[in-house]
Amino acid sequence: MKTIIDDKPNLLNIFILEAKTETMRLFRTPGFSIPTLLFPIMFYTFFGIVFSMNPTTMPTYLMITYAVFGVIGPALFSFGVGIAIERGQGWFDLKEVSPMPASAYIVSRISLTFIFASLIILFLFTIGATFGDVRLMRWQWISLALIFVLGSLPFCAIGMTLGLYLKANSAPATVNLIYLPMSFLSGLWLPINVLPEVMQQFANLLPPYHLAQLALKITNMDLGFPIALHLSVLAAYSLLFIFLAVKAYHKKDKQ
Amino acid sequence: MNTPPQTVASIRQVCKSFDNKQVLSNINIDLNQAEVLSILGPNGAGKTTLINTMLGRLSLDSGEISLFGHAPGSMSVKRQTGAMLQVSGLPDMSTIKEHITLFQSYYAHPMDYEQVMAFSGLKDIENQYSKTLSGGQKQRLLFALAICGHPKLLFLDEPTVGMDITARKSLWHAIQTLKAQGTSILLTTHYLEEADQLSDRIVMFNHGEIVREGTPEEIKSQINTKKIRFSSPLNIASFSTLKTVTKVSQISSSTDYYELESACAEKSMKEIFEKQLQVNNLTIIGAALEDAFEIINNEESTSSASE
Repeated sequence: MKTIIDDKPNLLNIFILEAKTETMRLFRTPGFSIPTLLFPIMFYTFFGIVFSMNPTTMPTYLMITYAVFGVIGPALFSFGVGIAIERGQGWFDLKEVSPMPASAYIVSRISLTFIFASLIILFLFTIGATFGDVRLMRWQWISLALIFVLGSLPFCAIGMTLGLYLKANSAPATVNLIYLPMSFLSGLWLPINVLPEVMQQFANLLPPYHLAQLALKITNMDLGFPIALHLSVLAAYSLLFIFLAVKAYHKKDKQ
Repeated sequence: MNTPPQTVASIRQVCKSFDNKQVLSNINIDLNQAEVLSILGPNGAGKTTLINTMLGRLSLDSGEISLFGHAPGSMSVKRQTGAMLQVSGLPDMSTIKEHITLFQSYYAHPMDYEQVMAFSGLKDIENQYSKTLSGGQKQRLLFALAICGHPKLLFLDEPTVGMDITARKSLWHAIQTLKAQGTSILLTTHYLEEADQLSDRIVMFNHGEIVREGTPEEIKSQINTKKIRFSSPLNIASFSTLKTVTKVSQISSSTDYYELESACAEKSMKEIFEKQLQVNNLTIIGAALEDAFEIINNEESTSSASE
Protein backbone atom coordinates (compact mmCIF):
# COMPACT_ATOMS: atom_id res chain seq x y z
CA MET A 1 0.00 0.00 0.00
CA LYS A 2 1.44 3.32 -1.02
CA THR A 3 0.38 5.94 1.44
CA ILE A 4 2.26 8.94 0.17
CA ILE A 5 0.61 12.06 -1.07
CA ASP A 6 3.42 13.34 -3.23
CA ASP A 7 3.68 16.91 -2.05
CA LYS A 8 6.49 18.66 -3.84
CA PRO A 9 8.41 21.63 -2.51
CA ASN A 10 9.05 24.68 -4.68
CA LEU A 11 12.03 23.75 -6.86
CA LEU A 12 12.91 27.31 -7.85
CA ASN A 13 12.95 28.33 -4.21
CA ILE A 14 15.39 25.49 -3.45
CA PHE A 15 17.66 26.53 -6.34
CA ILE A 16 17.75 30.15 -5.16
CA LEU A 17 18.34 29.34 -1.49
CA GLU A 18 20.96 26.71 -2.29
CA ALA A 19 22.86 29.09 -4.59
CA LYS A 20 22.56 31.96 -2.13
CA THR A 21 23.79 29.90 0.82
CA GLU A 22 26.69 28.49 -1.17
CA THR A 23 27.74 31.87 -2.59
CA MET A 24 27.56 33.65 0.77
CA ARG A 25 29.56 30.86 2.33
CA LEU A 26 32.35 31.07 -0.23
CA PHE A 27 32.54 34.86 -0.14
CA ARG A 28 33.05 34.50 3.61
CA THR A 29 35.80 31.94 3.07
CA PRO A 30 38.92 34.01 2.30
CA GLY A 31 40.87 30.85 1.44
CA PHE A 32 38.58 30.44 -1.56
CA SER A 33 37.56 33.95 -2.62
CA ILE A 34 40.91 35.75 -2.36
CA PRO A 35 43.09 33.45 -4.51
CA THR A 36 40.24 32.86 -6.98
CA LEU A 37 39.72 36.57 -7.58
CA LEU A 38 43.23 37.84 -7.01
CA PHE A 39 45.45 35.46 -8.97
CA PRO A 40 44.13 36.16 -12.48
CA ILE A 41 44.01 39.91 -11.76
CA MET A 42 47.52 39.94 -10.32
CA PHE A 43 49.04 37.83 -13.09
CA TYR A 44 47.37 39.90 -15.79
CA THR A 45 48.45 43.21 -14.27
CA PHE A 46 51.96 41.86 -13.99
CA PHE A 47 52.52 40.10 -17.32
CA GLY A 48 49.89 41.82 -19.47
CA ILE A 49 50.31 45.42 -18.40
CA VAL A 50 53.46 46.18 -16.39
CA PHE A 51 55.93 43.85 -18.11
CA SER A 52 54.14 43.59 -21.40
CA MET A 53 56.34 42.23 -24.20
CA ASN A 54 54.37 44.05 -26.87
CA PRO A 55 52.19 46.95 -25.70
CA THR A 56 49.98 46.97 -28.82
CA THR A 57 48.73 43.34 -28.79
CA MET A 58 49.82 41.79 -25.49
CA PRO A 59 47.32 43.56 -23.17
CA THR A 60 44.40 42.36 -25.34
CA TYR A 61 45.77 38.85 -25.93
CA LEU A 62 46.59 38.20 -22.28
CA MET A 63 43.36 39.81 -21.03
CA ILE A 64 41.57 37.07 -22.95
CA THR A 65 43.79 34.19 -21.86
CA TYR A 66 43.89 35.29 -18.20
CA ALA A 67 40.10 35.55 -18.25
CA VAL A 68 40.04 31.90 -19.36
CA PHE A 69 42.48 31.10 -16.56
CA GLY A 70 40.27 33.08 -14.16
CA VAL A 71 36.95 31.39 -14.94
CA ILE A 72 38.41 27.86 -14.80
CA GLY A 73 39.53 28.44 -11.19
CA PRO A 74 36.16 28.77 -9.44
CA ALA A 75 34.74 25.94 -11.58
CA LEU A 76 37.47 23.49 -10.62
CA PHE A 77 37.72 24.56 -6.97
CA SER A 78 34.08 25.05 -5.99
CA PHE A 79 33.18 21.69 -7.50
CA GLY A 80 36.39 19.71 -7.11
CA VAL A 81 37.64 20.74 -3.69
CA GLY A 82 34.19 21.63 -2.32
CA ILE A 83 32.62 18.26 -3.02
CA ALA A 84 35.69 16.30 -1.91
CA ILE A 85 35.75 18.07 1.47
CA GLU A 86 32.00 17.71 2.01
CA ARG A 87 32.29 14.02 1.19
CA GLY A 88 35.12 13.65 3.69
CA GLN A 89 33.06 15.26 6.43
CA GLY A 90 29.97 13.16 5.77
CA TRP A 91 28.09 16.38 4.96
CA PHE A 92 27.65 15.33 1.34
CA ASP A 93 26.06 12.08 2.57
CA LEU A 94 23.61 14.03 4.69
CA LYS A 95 22.65 16.14 1.67
CA GLU A 96 22.33 12.98 -0.39
CA VAL A 97 19.85 11.36 2.00
CA SER A 98 17.94 14.62 2.43
CA PRO A 99 15.22 15.42 -0.11
CA MET A 100 17.51 17.97 -1.79
CA PRO A 101 17.20 17.44 -5.55
CA ALA A 102 20.66 16.60 -6.95
CA SER A 103 20.03 19.26 -9.58
CA ALA A 104 19.93 21.94 -6.86
CA TYR A 105 23.41 21.02 -5.73
CA ILE A 106 24.75 21.31 -9.28
CA VAL A 107 22.78 24.43 -10.24
CA SER A 108 23.92 26.22 -7.07
CA ARG A 109 27.58 25.56 -7.80
CA ILE A 110 27.21 26.52 -11.44
CA SER A 111 25.59 29.82 -10.39
CA LEU A 112 28.39 30.37 -7.94
CA THR A 113 30.96 29.73 -10.67
CA PHE A 114 29.14 32.18 -12.94
CA ILE A 115 29.14 34.87 -10.23
CA PHE A 116 32.85 34.51 -9.55
CA ALA A 117 33.58 34.29 -13.29
CA SER A 118 31.61 37.48 -13.95
CA LEU A 119 33.52 39.34 -11.24
CA ILE A 120 36.87 38.19 -12.61
CA ILE A 121 35.86 39.18 -16.16
CA LEU A 122 34.68 42.58 -14.95
CA PHE A 123 37.94 43.26 -13.13
CA LEU A 124 40.11 42.09 -16.05
CA PHE A 125 38.14 44.10 -18.61
CA THR A 126 38.37 47.22 -16.44
CA ILE A 127 42.11 46.82 -15.92
CA GLY A 128 42.65 46.06 -19.61
CA ALA A 129 40.63 49.04 -20.84
CA THR A 130 42.00 51.46 -18.25
CA PHE A 131 45.67 50.55 -17.95
CA GLY A 132 46.35 48.34 -20.99
CA ASP A 133 44.62 50.57 -23.51
CA VAL A 134 42.55 47.62 -24.78
CA ARG A 135 40.09 48.94 -27.38
CA LEU A 136 37.33 46.62 -28.59
CA MET A 137 33.91 47.01 -30.20
CA ARG A 138 30.92 46.58 -27.95
CA TRP A 139 29.93 43.24 -29.59
CA GLN A 140 33.45 42.00 -28.96
CA TRP A 141 33.31 42.77 -25.21
CA ILE A 142 29.91 41.09 -24.95
CA SER A 143 30.87 38.01 -26.98
CA LEU A 144 34.03 37.57 -24.94
CA ALA A 145 32.12 37.80 -21.65
CA LEU A 146 29.60 35.21 -22.87
CA ILE A 147 32.30 32.83 -24.07
CA PHE A 148 34.10 33.05 -20.74
CA VAL A 149 31.03 32.53 -18.58
CA LEU A 150 29.62 29.65 -20.63
CA GLY A 151 33.13 28.32 -21.19
CA SER A 152 33.39 27.57 -17.48
CA LEU A 153 30.80 24.79 -17.87
CA PRO A 154 33.09 22.01 -19.13
CA PHE A 155 35.36 22.77 -16.18
CA CYS A 156 32.41 22.49 -13.81
CA ALA A 157 31.94 18.95 -15.14
CA ILE A 158 35.64 18.18 -14.71
CA GLY A 159 35.56 19.65 -11.19
CA MET A 160 32.50 17.62 -10.26
CA THR A 161 34.19 14.39 -11.30
CA LEU A 162 37.36 15.30 -9.41
CA GLY A 163 35.27 16.12 -6.34
CA LEU A 164 33.51 12.78 -6.45
CA TYR A 165 36.70 10.75 -6.86
CA LEU A 166 39.36 12.63 -4.86
CA LYS A 167 39.96 12.31 -1.14
CA ALA A 168 39.31 15.43 0.98
CA ASN A 169 42.88 15.92 2.20
CA SER A 170 44.54 15.51 -1.18
CA ALA A 171 41.93 17.36 -3.26
CA PRO A 172 43.29 20.95 -3.00
CA ALA A 173 46.80 19.88 -4.00
CA THR A 174 45.59 17.59 -6.78
CA VAL A 175 43.29 20.23 -8.26
CA ASN A 176 46.15 22.76 -8.22
CA LEU A 177 48.42 20.20 -9.86
CA ILE A 178 45.91 19.90 -12.67
CA TYR A 179 44.85 23.56 -12.85
CA LEU A 180 48.23 25.32 -12.94
CA PRO A 181 50.22 23.11 -15.38
CA MET A 182 47.15 22.73 -17.62
CA SER A 183 46.77 26.52 -17.76
CA PHE A 184 50.42 27.07 -18.62
CA LEU A 185 50.48 24.30 -21.24
CA SER A 186 47.30 25.67 -22.83
CA GLY A 187 49.00 29.01 -23.39
CA LEU A 188 47.01 30.98 -20.85
CA TRP A 189 50.04 32.53 -19.13
CA LEU A 190 52.21 33.07 -22.18
CA PRO A 191 50.96 33.16 -25.78
CA ILE A 192 50.77 29.63 -27.20
CA ASN A 193 53.03 30.48 -30.18
CA VAL A 194 56.01 31.29 -27.94
CA LEU A 195 55.87 27.74 -26.55
CA PRO A 196 57.99 25.04 -28.26
CA GLU A 197 56.38 23.15 -31.15
CA VAL A 198 55.93 19.91 -29.12
CA MET A 199 54.05 21.77 -26.42
CA GLN A 200 51.84 23.47 -28.97
CA GLN A 201 50.92 20.01 -30.32
CA PHE A 202 50.22 18.75 -26.82
CA ALA A 203 47.97 21.76 -26.12
CA ASN A 204 45.47 20.30 -28.60
CA LEU A 205 44.54 17.75 -25.92
CA LEU A 206 43.79 20.37 -23.29
CA PRO A 207 40.33 21.96 -22.98
CA PRO A 208 41.54 25.42 -21.78
CA TYR A 209 43.53 25.76 -25.00
CA HIS A 210 40.37 25.28 -27.04
CA LEU A 211 38.36 27.72 -24.94
CA ALA A 212 41.14 30.33 -25.29
CA GLN A 213 41.29 29.80 -29.07
CA LEU A 214 37.52 30.31 -29.33
CA ALA A 215 37.77 33.58 -27.41
CA LEU A 216 40.82 34.76 -29.34
CA LYS A 217 38.83 34.37 -32.56
CA ILE A 218 36.78 37.39 -31.48
CA THR A 219 39.88 39.60 -31.81
CA ASN A 220 41.43 37.64 -34.69
CA MET A 221 44.33 36.55 -32.50
CA ASP A 222 43.76 32.78 -32.68
CA LEU A 223 45.85 30.23 -34.53
CA GLY A 224 43.17 29.86 -37.22
CA PHE A 225 41.69 26.42 -36.54
CA PRO A 226 37.95 25.92 -37.16
CA ILE A 227 35.43 26.85 -34.48
CA ALA A 228 33.83 23.42 -34.86
CA LEU A 229 37.06 21.73 -33.74
CA HIS A 230 37.28 23.79 -30.53
CA LEU A 231 33.60 23.37 -29.76
CA SER A 232 33.65 19.62 -30.31
CA VAL A 233 36.68 19.10 -28.08
CA LEU A 234 35.00 21.12 -25.30
CA ALA A 235 31.74 19.24 -25.79
CA ALA A 236 33.55 15.89 -25.75
CA TYR A 237 35.29 16.73 -22.47
CA SER A 238 31.99 17.88 -20.95
CA LEU A 239 30.18 14.69 -21.92
CA LEU A 240 32.99 12.45 -20.75
CA PHE A 241 33.20 14.08 -17.34
CA ILE A 242 29.43 14.33 -16.86
CA PHE A 243 29.29 10.60 -17.57
CA LEU A 244 32.06 9.88 -15.04
CA ALA A 245 30.41 12.11 -12.43
CA VAL A 246 27.00 10.50 -12.85
CA LYS A 247 28.62 7.10 -12.59
CA ALA A 248 30.43 8.03 -9.37
CA TYR A 249 27.32 9.65 -7.88
CA HIS A 250 25.05 6.70 -8.51
CA LYS A 251 27.53 4.13 -7.34
CA LYS A 252 26.08 2.53 -4.24
CA ASP A 253 28.08 1.02 -1.41
CA LYS A 254 30.66 3.79 -1.58
CA GLN A 255 32.61 3.77 1.63
CA MET B 1 -0.21 -5.43 -0.52
CA ASN B 2 -0.95 -6.65 2.97
CA THR B 3 1.22 -4.24 4.93
CA PRO B 4 -0.77 -3.07 7.92
CA PRO B 5 -1.21 0.70 7.72
CA GLN B 6 0.53 1.46 10.99
CA THR B 7 3.80 -0.09 9.80
CA VAL B 8 6.06 2.70 8.58
CA ALA B 9 9.11 0.64 7.76
CA SER B 10 9.53 -3.06 7.25
CA ILE B 11 12.78 -4.92 6.93
CA ARG B 12 12.51 -8.48 5.66
CA GLN B 13 15.30 -11.05 5.70
CA VAL B 14 17.95 -8.51 4.91
CA CYS B 15 21.50 -9.74 4.37
CA LYS B 16 24.50 -7.62 3.56
CA SER B 17 28.18 -8.38 3.44
CA PHE B 18 31.32 -6.38 2.71
CA ASP B 19 34.33 -8.23 1.32
CA ASN B 20 32.86 -11.62 2.30
CA LYS B 21 32.28 -10.41 5.84
CA GLN B 22 28.65 -10.75 6.85
CA VAL B 23 27.59 -7.39 8.32
CA LEU B 24 23.85 -7.99 8.45
CA SER B 25 22.43 -11.48 8.47
CA ASN B 26 18.75 -12.17 8.12
CA ILE B 27 17.44 -9.03 9.78
CA ASN B 28 13.68 -8.69 10.26
CA ILE B 29 12.35 -5.52 11.86
CA ASP B 30 9.07 -3.62 11.70
CA LEU B 31 8.84 -0.02 12.73
CA ASN B 32 5.36 1.21 13.60
CA GLN B 33 3.87 4.64 13.54
CA ALA B 34 4.66 6.80 16.57
CA GLU B 35 7.14 4.30 17.87
CA VAL B 36 10.70 4.75 19.08
CA LEU B 37 12.82 1.76 18.19
CA SER B 38 16.38 1.63 19.48
CA ILE B 39 19.12 -0.41 17.96
CA LEU B 40 21.75 -1.26 20.50
CA GLY B 41 24.99 -3.04 20.02
CA PRO B 42 28.75 -2.77 20.26
CA ASN B 43 30.81 -1.01 17.58
CA GLY B 44 30.82 -2.95 14.34
CA ALA B 45 27.59 -4.75 15.22
CA GLY B 46 25.95 -3.47 12.02
CA LYS B 47 23.83 -0.61 13.41
CA THR B 48 25.03 2.09 11.01
CA THR B 49 25.01 -0.36 8.11
CA LEU B 50 21.35 -1.06 8.79
CA ILE B 51 20.55 2.66 8.75
CA ASN B 52 22.48 3.09 5.51
CA THR B 53 20.51 0.30 3.84
CA MET B 54 17.27 1.91 5.03
CA LEU B 55 18.38 5.25 3.59
CA GLY B 56 19.06 3.57 0.26
CA ARG B 57 22.79 4.25 0.41
CA LEU B 58 23.73 0.58 0.41
CA SER B 59 22.45 -2.17 -1.78
CA LEU B 60 21.14 -5.39 -0.27
CA ASP B 61 22.58 -8.83 -0.96
CA SER B 62 19.13 -10.26 -0.33
CA GLY B 63 15.92 -9.38 1.42
CA GLU B 64 13.65 -6.40 1.14
CA ILE B 65 13.21 -3.02 2.80
CA SER B 66 10.09 -0.96 2.37
CA LEU B 67 9.41 2.50 3.79
CA PHE B 68 5.84 3.78 3.48
CA GLY B 69 5.45 1.03 0.91
CA HIS B 70 8.27 2.40 -1.27
CA ALA B 71 11.87 1.43 -1.90
CA PRO B 72 14.49 3.16 0.24
CA GLY B 73 16.22 6.18 -1.27
CA SER B 74 13.37 7.23 -3.55
CA MET B 75 12.50 10.91 -3.55
CA SER B 76 8.98 10.40 -2.21
CA VAL B 77 10.43 8.51 0.76
CA LYS B 78 13.10 11.14 1.34
CA ARG B 79 10.41 13.81 1.57
CA GLN B 80 8.85 11.94 4.51
CA THR B 81 12.15 11.28 6.21
CA GLY B 82 14.71 13.13 8.28
CA ALA B 83 18.12 11.76 9.13
CA MET B 84 20.82 12.59 11.59
CA LEU B 85 24.01 10.85 10.52
CA GLN B 86 27.45 10.82 12.02
CA VAL B 87 28.88 13.92 10.37
CA SER B 88 32.34 15.18 11.33
CA GLY B 89 32.01 18.70 9.95
CA LEU B 90 29.56 21.10 8.39
CA PRO B 91 30.29 23.86 5.88
CA ASP B 92 32.07 26.35 8.14
CA MET B 93 30.90 29.73 7.01
CA SER B 94 27.13 29.33 7.02
CA THR B 95 25.04 30.29 10.02
CA ILE B 96 22.75 27.94 11.90
CA LYS B 97 19.78 29.85 10.54
CA GLU B 98 21.00 29.57 6.93
CA HIS B 99 21.56 25.83 7.27
CA ILE B 100 18.10 25.24 8.73
CA THR B 101 16.28 27.55 6.30
CA LEU B 102 17.94 25.75 3.38
CA PHE B 103 17.02 22.28 4.66
CA GLN B 104 13.45 23.43 5.33
CA SER B 105 13.15 24.42 1.67
CA TYR B 106 13.61 20.77 0.66
CA TYR B 107 10.26 19.89 2.22
CA ALA B 108 6.78 20.92 1.09
CA HIS B 109 5.46 21.36 4.62
CA PRO B 110 8.43 22.04 6.87
CA MET B 111 8.24 22.49 10.59
CA ASP B 112 7.83 26.07 11.78
CA TYR B 113 11.27 27.64 12.26
CA GLU B 114 10.55 28.74 15.85
CA GLN B 115 9.41 25.22 16.60
CA VAL B 116 12.71 23.83 15.29
CA MET B 117 14.51 26.34 17.53
CA ALA B 118 12.46 25.23 20.52
CA PHE B 119 13.24 21.55 19.91
CA SER B 120 16.94 22.08 19.30
CA GLY B 121 17.60 24.88 21.80
CA LEU B 122 19.64 26.84 19.25
CA LYS B 123 17.73 30.13 19.37
CA ASP B 124 20.46 32.08 21.17
CA ILE B 125 23.11 31.15 18.66
CA GLU B 126 21.08 31.06 15.42
CA ASN B 127 23.38 33.63 13.76
CA GLN B 128 26.64 31.89 14.60
CA TYR B 129 28.71 30.29 11.86
CA SER B 130 28.90 26.52 12.16
CA LYS B 131 32.68 26.91 12.39
CA THR B 132 32.35 28.34 15.91
CA LEU B 133 30.08 25.64 17.32
CA SER B 134 31.12 23.15 19.97
CA GLY B 135 30.70 19.41 19.37
CA GLY B 136 27.45 19.33 21.29
CA GLN B 137 26.08 22.39 19.47
CA LYS B 138 26.91 20.78 16.12
CA GLN B 139 24.97 17.70 17.18
CA ARG B 140 22.00 19.89 18.06
CA LEU B 141 22.21 21.56 14.65
CA LEU B 142 22.28 18.16 12.94
CA PHE B 143 19.23 17.18 14.99
CA ALA B 144 17.52 20.41 13.92
CA LEU B 145 18.29 19.61 10.25
CA ALA B 146 16.83 16.12 10.70
CA ILE B 147 13.53 17.34 12.16
CA CYS B 148 13.08 20.65 10.29
CA GLY B 149 11.09 19.02 7.49
CA HIS B 150 8.55 17.62 9.94
CA PRO B 151 9.32 14.08 8.86
CA LYS B 152 7.08 11.12 9.55
CA LEU B 153 10.13 8.92 9.95
CA LEU B 154 13.26 10.05 11.74
CA PHE B 155 16.64 8.28 11.71
CA LEU B 156 18.97 9.22 14.52
CA ASP B 157 22.40 7.62 14.35
CA GLU B 158 24.13 8.15 17.71
CA PRO B 159 22.37 11.47 18.26
CA THR B 160 23.73 12.42 21.68
CA VAL B 161 27.44 11.77 21.13
CA GLY B 162 29.39 14.74 22.50
CA MET B 163 26.38 16.32 24.22
CA ASP B 164 26.43 17.30 27.85
CA ILE B 165 23.73 15.96 30.13
CA THR B 166 21.50 19.05 29.83
CA ALA B 167 21.56 18.98 26.05
CA ARG B 168 20.99 15.22 26.09
CA LYS B 169 17.95 15.56 28.32
CA SER B 170 16.44 18.29 26.14
CA LEU B 171 16.98 16.12 23.07
CA TRP B 172 15.24 13.23 24.83
CA HIS B 173 12.37 15.55 25.57
CA ALA B 174 12.22 16.57 21.90
CA ILE B 175 12.18 12.92 20.82
CA GLN B 176 9.34 12.13 23.21
CA THR B 177 7.34 15.12 22.00
CA LEU B 178 7.86 14.21 18.33
CA LYS B 179 6.82 10.66 19.08
CA ALA B 180 3.68 11.91 20.79
CA GLN B 181 2.93 13.85 17.60
CA GLY B 182 3.12 10.64 15.59
CA THR B 183 6.70 10.54 14.33
CA SER B 184 8.34 7.15 14.09
CA ILE B 185 11.93 7.18 15.26
CA LEU B 186 14.75 4.75 14.65
CA LEU B 187 17.61 5.40 17.02
CA THR B 188 21.01 3.87 17.40
CA THR B 189 22.89 4.55 20.57
CA HIS B 190 25.68 3.50 22.85
CA TYR B 191 23.96 4.97 25.86
CA LEU B 192 21.83 2.33 27.47
CA GLU B 193 20.11 4.85 29.70
CA GLU B 194 19.01 6.63 26.54
CA ALA B 195 17.51 3.49 25.02
CA ASP B 196 15.90 2.60 28.35
CA GLN B 197 14.25 6.01 28.70
CA LEU B 198 13.12 6.56 25.15
CA SER B 199 12.39 3.26 23.48
CA ASP B 200 9.16 1.45 23.00
CA ARG B 201 11.20 -1.43 21.70
CA ILE B 202 14.85 -2.34 21.68
CA VAL B 203 16.60 -4.50 19.14
CA MET B 204 20.00 -5.72 20.23
CA PHE B 205 22.58 -6.36 17.56
CA ASN B 206 25.76 -8.32 17.74
CA HIS B 207 27.90 -9.51 14.82
CA GLY B 208 25.19 -8.41 12.39
CA GLU B 209 22.47 -10.51 14.00
CA ILE B 210 19.54 -9.65 16.19
CA VAL B 211 20.30 -11.25 19.54
CA ARG B 212 17.37 -9.91 21.57
CA GLU B 213 14.25 -7.94 20.85
CA GLY B 214 11.59 -6.52 23.11
CA THR B 215 10.53 -3.67 25.34
CA PRO B 216 13.17 -2.34 27.73
CA GLU B 217 11.28 -4.13 30.55
CA GLU B 218 11.22 -7.43 28.67
CA ILE B 219 14.93 -7.29 28.03
CA LYS B 220 15.70 -6.36 31.60
CA SER B 221 13.44 -9.10 32.92
CA GLN B 222 15.38 -11.71 31.00
CA ILE B 223 18.11 -11.02 33.46
CA ASN B 224 16.85 -12.17 36.83
CA THR B 225 19.91 -11.14 38.78
CA LYS B 226 19.24 -8.73 41.62
CA LYS B 227 21.78 -6.65 43.46
CA ILE B 228 21.82 -6.48 47.26
CA ARG B 229 23.73 -3.54 48.70
CA PHE B 230 24.44 -2.81 52.35
CA SER B 231 27.10 -1.72 54.75
CA SER B 232 28.45 -4.07 57.37
CA PRO B 233 31.23 -4.11 59.96
CA LEU B 234 31.92 -7.74 58.99
CA ASN B 235 34.68 -9.05 56.77
CA ILE B 236 33.97 -9.83 53.09
CA ALA B 237 34.64 -13.52 53.80
CA SER B 238 31.49 -13.70 55.93
CA PHE B 239 29.39 -13.11 52.82
CA SER B 240 31.37 -15.23 50.36
CA THR B 241 30.11 -18.35 52.09
CA LEU B 242 26.45 -17.60 51.34
CA LYS B 243 25.11 -20.36 49.06
CA THR B 244 22.58 -18.35 47.06
CA VAL B 245 24.96 -15.52 46.23
CA THR B 246 26.75 -15.61 42.87
CA LYS B 247 29.13 -12.72 43.34
CA VAL B 248 30.38 -10.68 46.29
CA SER B 249 32.19 -7.40 45.94
CA GLN B 250 33.29 -4.62 48.20
CA ILE B 251 32.10 -1.47 46.42
CA SER B 252 34.93 0.72 47.65
CA SER B 253 38.00 -0.50 49.48
CA SER B 254 37.94 2.33 52.00
CA THR B 255 34.37 1.73 53.16
CA ASP B 256 32.56 -1.31 54.49
CA TYR B 257 29.99 -1.21 51.69
CA TYR B 258 29.24 -4.48 49.90
CA GLU B 259 27.32 -5.58 46.83
CA LEU B 260 26.02 -9.11 46.38
CA GLU B 261 24.53 -10.50 43.20
CA SER B 262 21.88 -13.10 43.55
CA ALA B 263 19.48 -14.96 41.31
CA CYS B 264 17.00 -15.00 44.14
CA ALA B 265 17.27 -12.04 46.49
CA GLU B 266 14.62 -13.41 48.87
CA LYS B 267 16.59 -16.61 49.55
CA SER B 268 19.81 -14.68 50.00
CA MET B 269 18.18 -12.36 52.51
CA LYS B 270 16.81 -15.34 54.41
CA GLU B 271 20.30 -16.82 54.53
CA ILE B 272 21.79 -13.56 55.80
CA PHE B 273 19.22 -13.26 58.57
CA GLU B 274 19.51 -16.94 59.57
CA LYS B 275 23.27 -16.54 59.92
CA GLN B 276 22.61 -13.34 61.85
CA LEU B 277 25.08 -11.36 59.77
CA GLN B 278 24.84 -7.68 60.60
CA VAL B 279 23.75 -5.55 57.64
CA ASN B 280 22.84 -1.86 57.62
CA ASN B 281 21.51 0.54 54.95
CA LEU B 282 20.09 -2.34 52.93
CA THR B 283 18.89 -1.84 49.33
CA ILE B 284 17.87 -4.39 46.71
CA ILE B 285 17.76 -3.33 43.06
CA GLY B 286 16.78 -5.02 39.81
CA ALA B 287 19.13 -5.29 36.87
CA ALA B 288 19.71 -2.17 34.82
CA LEU B 289 19.60 -2.41 31.05
CA GLU B 290 23.35 -2.07 31.13
CA ASP B 291 23.68 -5.32 33.07
CA ALA B 292 21.30 -7.07 30.73
CA PHE B 293 23.33 -5.86 27.80
CA GLU B 294 26.60 -7.04 29.25
CA ILE B 295 25.26 -10.45 30.15
CA ILE B 296 23.58 -11.00 26.79
CA ASN B 297 26.68 -9.95 24.90
CA ASN B 298 28.83 -12.25 27.00
CA GLU B 299 26.45 -15.14 26.35
CA GLU B 300 26.55 -14.41 22.65
CA SER B 301 30.30 -14.18 22.36
CA THR B 302 30.85 -17.37 24.35
CA SER B 303 28.25 -19.23 22.28
CA SER B 304 29.66 -17.95 18.99
CA ALA B 305 33.20 -18.78 20.15
CA SER B 306 32.17 -22.36 20.93
CA GLU B 307 30.57 -22.91 17.54
